[in-house]
Amino acid sequence: MNKTPLHKSHIELGAKMVNFSNWEMPISYSSLIEEHNAVRDSAGIFDVSHMAVFDFDGGDQIAFFEKIFANDIKKISRDNKAIYGALLNEQGGILDDLIIYHANDKFRLVSNCSTREQNKNWYERHAAEFGVRVVERSDMGILAIQGPDALSKISAIEEMNDQASSLQTFGCMFDGEKLYARTGYTGEDGLELIVSAKDIKHLWDQALALGCMPIGLGARDTLRLEAGLNLYGNDMTIDNHPYESNLGWTIDMNDENRQFIGKEALLSIDQSKSQKITGVILKDKGVLRPGYEITHEQGNGIVLSGSYSPTLQSSIGLARVDQGFKKNGKVLIRNKVLNIEFVSPRFLGQGKMHS
Amino acid sequence: MKNIPGDLKFLSSHEWARIESDGTITIGISDHAQDLLGDIVFVELPEVGQTLDAESDAAIVESVKAASDVYSPVSGEVKEVNSLLEDQPEIINSSPYEDGWFYKISPSDLSELDNLLSPKDYSAVCED
Repeated sequence: MNKTPLHKSHIELGAKMVNFSNWEMPISYSSLIEEHNAVRDSAGIFDVSHMAVFDFDGGDQIAFFEKIFANDIKKISRDNKAIYGALLNEQGGILDDLIIYHANDKFRLVSNCSTREQNKNWYERHAAEFGVRVVERSDMGILAIQGPDALSKISAIEEMNDQASSLQTFGCMFDGEKLYARTGYTGEDGLELIVSAKDIKHLWDQALALGCMPIGLGARDTLRLEAGLNLYGNDMTIDNHPYESNLGWTIDMNDENRQFIGKEALLSIDQSKSQKITGVILKDKGVLRPGYEITHEQGNGIVLSGSYSPTLQSSIGLARVDQGFKKNGKVLIRNKVLNIEFVSPRFLGQGKMHS
Repeated sequence: MKNIPGDLKFLSSHEWARIESDGTITIGISDHAQDLLGDIVFVELPEVGQTLDAESDAAIVESVKAASDVYSPVSGEVKEVNSLLEDQPEIINSSPYEDGWFYKISPSDLSELDNLLSPKDYSAVCED
């Protein structure tokens, strides 16, 4: 089983460890709900070093990303910014979702842990024609510090570059090999720090000493769900296209000359008939879980992610449903038909969301 | 090791049973179980009057992370359920052996108690 550079720290903090895509990761340290609330109310720190980090060397990297990435890299290629989007196959199926960072004329990419080998092979297969070399940075770890107090905590960390806490949303900067970015997966403000494995423990320890609560993958999941952020493998897989996965907004076809992988397949999809991902709130007692069946006046669907929302104190989920749903629907939970309401996936409201 | 009271009997699936002075048996889940589950947010209890078989599905307990079945340690008729759990399921976390009990059953076959684990044997199960 793979371990992050902070594995020993997690054990010392008494974390419950689980196997997550063959990585031994902390699911929680104390109470998942307390961890969740700490990120909503003050600041939490996550070790997400299981995520895959890639750098790129040489060649025409912009042309490379224009081909493999369904969002348009040109949106950030002149700025120090990050961009979110999907990696598609020729059939328009989602291979992964990822963030590409651009700063100081360098690109760095972070994608999911479970798709590491698939993606590496995919990048290498397509990089050759552009003379680009793919460099997997397994020597790097990632910390996310998130919450309304995250930036003030970060600015108190001694070796942090002062400019890091003044980055704009989705802004990023390199400090040597370190990358700081104002991104996250919680719906809160904060930064993600991609740093070498040897530097990570000192940063982690300082953040804890400054009062950031360590947050496990359990609360990471409820936080991202409340923010309406998809989880690859749950909410979308290779069998889904972006339009039925709430990712239509990341498909950029403005540049008619840009031929990205999957574009032809996407053009043949009738979006007016595609299923959609919607937020659902359970109006009765219980907890929504993946796989539960949903019905509404004009069709049906299925729960993709479902959990208890500590912030809303009721059960919420993301569901893929036929179009034509209005406000109310039904969900089948253990042979009981319960009431649901369809809402925006951004459960906490637009104002609070950054990612 | 987690708290395991000496007057209880257990299933290896982490349910406990306590024989009360009126002959009913109170059933709940162990401290070890609540710790494994984490924050409990919902419980589905059996109906009063319902007949349960030993080791059959009796209740559902849901933490933030997952749903788990609760099995009845013994057969019998459900006499009472802990309605406090409907609005405060988190008391299972804070008081698994007292306030967080699930239901009381009138046992139909007391010899089934002999099939349950002693606190010592249950403790060994938890350490595996």
